[in-house]
Amino acid sequence: MMKQDYIIRAENLSIGYDNKVIMRNLSFNIPKGDIFIIMGGSGCGKSTLLRTLTGLIPAQSGEIWIRNIDFIKARKREKLEIMKHSGILYQSGALFSSMTLAENVALPLQQYTKHSQDKIDKIVSFKLALVGLSGYENYYPSEISGGMRKRAGLARALALDPEIVYFDEPSAGLDPVSSRNLDDLILEVNKTLGTTIIVVTHELPSIFAIGKNSIFLDKTVKTISAKGNPNELLKNPPNEQVFEFLTRGVKHEKRTK
Amino acid sequence: MVKFETKGEVVTITLEGVLNGNEHFDIAAEALSNKKIQILGKDITSWNTDFVVTLFNLLKHISKNNITYLHLPEGMEQLLHLAFQTPYKEEENLPPSLPFLEHIGDLGIRFCRSFKKGGIFILDSISSWGRQLLGKAVYRSKDFWMILSDCGPKSILIVSLISFMVGLILAFVGAIQLKTFGAQIYVASLVTIGMTRIMGAIMTGVIMAGRTGASYAATIGTMQVNEELDALQTMGISRTDFLVLPRMNALILSMPILILLSDFMGILGGCFVCVLFWDIPLAEYVKYAVNSFFIKNFLVGVFHGIVFGFIIALCGCYFGVNCGRNADSVGTATTNAVVYAIVWMIVMTGLLTALFQVLGI
Ligand SMILES: Nc1ncnc2c1ncn2[C@@H]1O[C@H](COP(=O)(O)OP(=O)(O)O)[C@@H](O)[C@H]1O
Ligand SMILES: [Mg+2]
Repeated sequence: MMKQDYIIRAENLSIGYDNKVIMRNLSFNIPKGDIFIIMGGSGCGKSTLLRTLTGLIPAQSGEIWIRNIDFIKARKREKLEIMKHSGILYQSGALFSSMTLAENVALPLQQYTKHSQDKIDKIVSFKLALVGLSGYENYYPSEISGGMRKRAGLARALALDPEIVYFDEPSAGLDPVSSRNLDDLILEVNKTLGTTIIVVTHELPSIFAIGKNSIFLDKTVKTISAKGNPNELLKNPPNEQVFEFLTRGVKHEKRTK
Repeated sequence: MVKFETKGEVVTITLEGVLNGNEHFDIAAEALSNKKIQILGKDITSWNTDFVVTLFNLLKHISKNNITYLHLPEGMEQLLHLAFQTPYKEEENLPPSLPFLEHIGDLGIRFCRSFKKGGIFILDSISSWGRQLLGKAVYRSKDFWMILSDCGPKSILIVSLISFMVGLILAFVGAIQLKTFGAQIYVASLVTIGMTRIMGAIMTGVIMAGRTGASYAATIGTMQVNEELDALQTMGISRTDFLVLPRMNALILSMPILILLSDFMGILGGCFVCVLFWDIPLAEYVKYAVNSFFIKNFLVGVFHGIVFGFIIALCGCYFGVNCGRNADSVGTATTNAVVYAIVWMIVMTGLLTALFQVLGI
C-alpha cells in the first residue's frame, strides 16, 4: 500500500503522563476506511493512547502522522483542523449535562462552521435520526438511558462528517443488546460514510464482530505484542497473552491438554 | 494439636484432633524456608478457617511445589491449594524517603509549579474577561442565566439571615462598651459603618465561597470526571471562555447586590437590638444610622465584593478544572475551592485595607 493510504501512522511512539511511561515503541498504520481495534487489559493504557492521538496529552517521543500532517509538531491551528475532521465518542459519553441533546450535537457545528441556526437545526435532527434518536432533541442527557447517551454522543461525534471517529470502550456499561446495536451502528457508519473507525475495547464479541485490523497492547511488556485481524489472531495467536485475552483467559496449558 | 518433625530436608507437620486457630506453633517460619513441607492430617476431628489462616501465615513464603498434603479433610486441602496458587509476592521496597534538604527542595519546586499553573489560569481568565468586553469571547447566555439565578436570588435568604445576625452581634458587643460612657446611641453608627465598610462584604464573601464557590468546583470537577472537559478541548472550545467566564460574570454581578442587601439587613439587626434591649427610640437609631452612612464606605464595601467575586469564581473554577479523574477528587476540589477562596479573600482584605489607608480613603 502506498504511504498516502494510511490515515494515521504512529512510529516509535511513547505515551504516558509527565515522566511516567505507560507504553513505548508503538508503531502502527491505520488504513483509510478501516475499523481498527486497540485492545488490551484494563489499565494498560488504551485511553492514554487515545488521548495522545487526539492531542489531549502530549506524546513523550516518536511520531504521529494524521492525514499526512505531523501531528506532534503541528501548530495549534493545524491541530484544530485535524480535530475538526475527527469525532470522538468518550467512554462515559461526555455529553454536557446542562444542554439538551440537540444543543450538544449543535455545539461543534457552531464552533467550526458558519451555518445559520436553521441549517444547524436541520443537521442536528438528521444526525440524531442517524443514530435512532429522532424526537429526542429536547431531552437532557440525564433523562435518557445509557445506551441512548452513547448514541447521542456518537451523533455529536458525527456532527461535522468526520473522516475519523474514535470510540473509547463503546460497550462499557451497556447491556449486551444495546452494545450489539452500537456495534451495528459502527459498522453502518463505516460502510455508508466511509469513515475510518478506531475503537478501544476489551469486549470480545465486538472485537470479532467489527474489527478488521487490531493491535494488542500488552501491559507486561509495555508495548504492542500482536497486530492483525482479530479472527486471524485467534487462529494463530503469536503469544500466550493474546491467546489468553481472545479466549477469555483459557490458559495455554489447558488448551494443550 | 500440631506437631512438627524435621528430618533433614523434610518437615512433617502432623495435624490431630480439634483445630480452631488457637494453636501455638513451636517453630519459627525461618526454620521452614527451603524445606519440603509435608502436611499430614489423618486424625483431624474438626477444623475451621481460622486454623487454615494461621497455618497459611506460617507457610506463606514457601512455594507451592514444596508442599505436599496427605489425608487432609477435602475442604481444607482445597482451601490451601487455592491460597497457595499464586506465589507469595514480597512487599515491594518503597522508594526511600528523600533526605530533609531534598524534601524541602521538592516542596519548593512543587510550590513554584502550582504557583505558575495558578498564575497562568488567572491570566487566562482575566484575558478572556477582557476579550468578552471586545465581544470576542462567547459563551451560552442560557448557561449564564442559569448560573446567575443559582448564585443570586437563591442566596438572598441565607445572606439576609447571616447579616441580620452579624448586625445583632455587633450591636450587642458594641453597646456593652459604649454603655459605660452612656453613649449607647453610637451603636447605630458603629453598626452602620462596620457593616457598610467591610463586614457586609466579608460575610457575603464567606457565604458565597461556601455556597457558590463549592458548587462551581463540584460542577466543573464532575465534568472532568465525565470527560466533558476533554470533549470541550477536542472541539477546540476554550474552557475559560465557556466555563469560567459565565461563572465569573454571575458572581461579579450578584456580589454588589447581595452586599447592598447584607448592609441593610445588618443595620436592621442592630436596630432590633437597640430598640428592644437598650431602649433607644427608633427615630434616634435611624437618624444616627443615616448620619454615619457614607457613600464612600459603601463603595469600598462594594469594591471588596467585586474583588471577592473574582476570587471565589477563580478558586472554584481552578480547582474544578484541575480536578482528578475519579469521584474522590471532586470532594478534594470542592474543599480546596472553599478554603483557598476564604484565605485569599482575607489576605486581599488586609492588602486593600492597607492600600486604602495609604490613599486616605
Ligand atoms: N492523569 C493521569 N496521570 C497519571 N497516570 C494516569 C493518568 N490517567 C491514567 N493514568 C494511569 O495510566 C494507566 C493507563 O490508564 P488508561 O489509559 O486509562 O487505561 P485503560 O487501558 O483502561 O483505558 C493506568 O495505570 C492509570 O493509573
Ligand atoms: Mg479507558
